[in-house]
Amino acid sequence: MDPQHKARLDADFSDLYRAHLRDVYSYSYYRVGNHHDAEDLTEQTFLQAYRHFERAQAESDGRPLRPWLIRIAHNLAANLYRDRSRRPQTPIDEGTVLSTMHTTEDLVEGRDELARIIEGIKQLPEERREALIMRFALGMDNREIARAMDKTDGATKVLLHRAIKQLEGIVMSS
Amino acid sequence: MNQPVPADFETMLRLALHPVDPPESLKKRVESTLQDLTDAAVDELEAWEIGAMSDPRNWMRPVAAAAVGASAGTALVILRVRAQRKRHAAASSDPLDLVRRTMRHAAGEARKLARRD
Repeated sequence: MDPQHKARLDADFSDLYRAHLRDVYSYSYYRVGNHHDAEDLTEQTFLQAYRHFERAQAESDGRPLRPWLIRIAHNLAANLYRDRSRRPQTPIDEGTVLSTMHTTEDLVEGRDELARIIEGIKQLPEERREALIMRFALGMDNREIARAMDKTDGATKVLLHRAIKQLEGIVMSS
Repeated sequence: MNQPVPADFETMLRLALHPVDPPESLKKRVESTLQDLTDAAVDELEAWEIGAMSDPRNWMRPVAAAAVGASAGTALVILRVRAQRKRHAAASSDPLDLVRRTMRHAAGEARKLARRD
């Protein structure tokens, strides 16, 4: 590769990293439920993104690359779960997912409602839970979520609507 | 018994799923790894530049590389290069020497920014 082209790619990648480190970490944290795995997942996401950055940038046609980053994190998280499920000595405890995300201080205001919502999120199907994380933790719009989840904009809108309605139902009945 | 749904459910959902700041240790870890990869690219650029500078047809390329390679620091490179140009003009023996000094300085500034970033 032309060294100048490489230097430009590296600079662009640094910008991407600085802009979205928090997004990738937040997604990872809510996905895996603990800081240790979230850190590993975040690091691996950026290393894998670096390897494929040139192609992604060329194919993005100027569109934001955040959905692409989140999709990498999503795939790596799925691999993490799959690998662990093959190793009985470190089983995945579904109960730990989302269980350590808040400190007592976070829940001082409206903590009952927040606790019920957090419990409700745990009960959602994975796809709906992910859509809510992208919308509310990362502030992604429908189009970005659609790209991250490889769905149409319309299907994403429906997915989010159903996720919120299902969660409301769970919170109401709790 | 059923509980009432919070008045502004989406606001509560936003509070429940607030963004999480990555720990400083993670930033250092990832940046260190990425810096190692970037340094390798900068060394490669430097080696290319020394060889290419002997050919006048390549003299404009380091300036272009400085401008695009520094990305966020592009404006800073241009400002620094402009400030240096007057000094280079005084020190240069002829116009070609001035161009050569200015381009070398631009490439040097880009490298500094790349290393600092």
